[in-house]
Amino acid sequence: MTLEEFVTAFADEFDETPAESFAPATVYKDLDEWGSLTALSIIALAMEGFGKKITGADLRSVDTIEDLYNLIQTK
Amino acid sequence: MENPFSLEGKCILVTGASSGIGRGIAVACAKMGAKVLLSGRNEARLQETLSLMSGDGHTVLCGDLNSEETRKEVVEKIPDLNGVVYCAGISQIQMAKRMEQSSLEGIFQTNVFSPLMLNTLLLKKKKIKKDSSIIFISSISGVYRSQIGEGGYGATKAALTGYVKSLALELAAQGIRVNTIHPGVVETPLLEVSNGTFGEEELEALRQKYPLKRFGKPEDIAHCAVYLLSDASSWMTGSNLLIDGGFTLK
Repeated sequence: MTLEEFVTAFADEFDETPAESFAPATVYKDLDEWGSLTALSIIALAMEGFGKKITGADLRSVDTIEDLYNLIQTK
Repeated sequence: MENPFSLEGKCILVTGASSGIGRGIAVACAKMGAKVLLSGRNEARLQETLSLMSGDGHTVLCGDLNSEETRKEVVEKIPDLNGVVYCAGISQIQMAKRMEQSSLEGIFQTNVFSPLMLNTLLLKKKKIKKDSSIIFISSISGVYRSQIGEGGYGATKAALTGYVKSLALELAAQGIRVNTIHPGVVETPLLEVSNGTFGEEELEALRQKYPLKRFGKPEDIAHCAVYLLSDASSWMTGSNLLIDGGFTLK
């Protein structure tokens, strides 16, 4: 999965936030819709898209979608 | 006076005895004088449970109860019972949107189908004696509350509650009592499933939401089980015993 595809898939996990709001540099924790529900969806996305297991702590440890993409690669 | 909570002279089968709540129950039953049959998948961990137990005459029954063949073999080796505690269970976090039939079937197999079919076999073979006590370990999840991603797990735990009510009626004529225990979060290896997803920080935040400011210990649940297995609870059947450090109060 490329960074671009990841951003699209990431955006797809959100129901309220428009897709245009998502870019590699988006600080996802600042989004109104960010919360336990979306966090759990992203954890599942990492597993489905990359076969990588990430935790809530991982999600807290970085800021942008690109940071997270890179973090997942290191797993 | 005679101790009404004693399990002296009773023979108790505990599934999932290789760790967590099942191990705690096996150890407590032995302490209260019972002879315990320990069922689980991992021989080494069952032996470890056995090494923690007092008294003698306990038996290790290693095998995967998800297999019908194994259930038959295990039941053949089982003597007449005065109590059964169905503890074997798995946890799973899966949101409804992403649910897969295979993993849903997996958790239903371990948490519902296997214990129910083992119970059927034990009844058919008349292994459960008059005035026995049967316990299913449910959860606060399902009947009492839930959290995101817990739909599958909660459904299995709620299923046990429905089953137990009917079973209690069917077995009442023989004086056999059937109850569920609904624990809140207990410090067990199962917790690591959630821990892997949520991390220690979230778990600590959850712990603080318990009015008694801690998660349960296997012994807490074991003492509940001892009560339900003993003659002290002779008039209790079809009940759902909640033990959660006050978590569901608010």
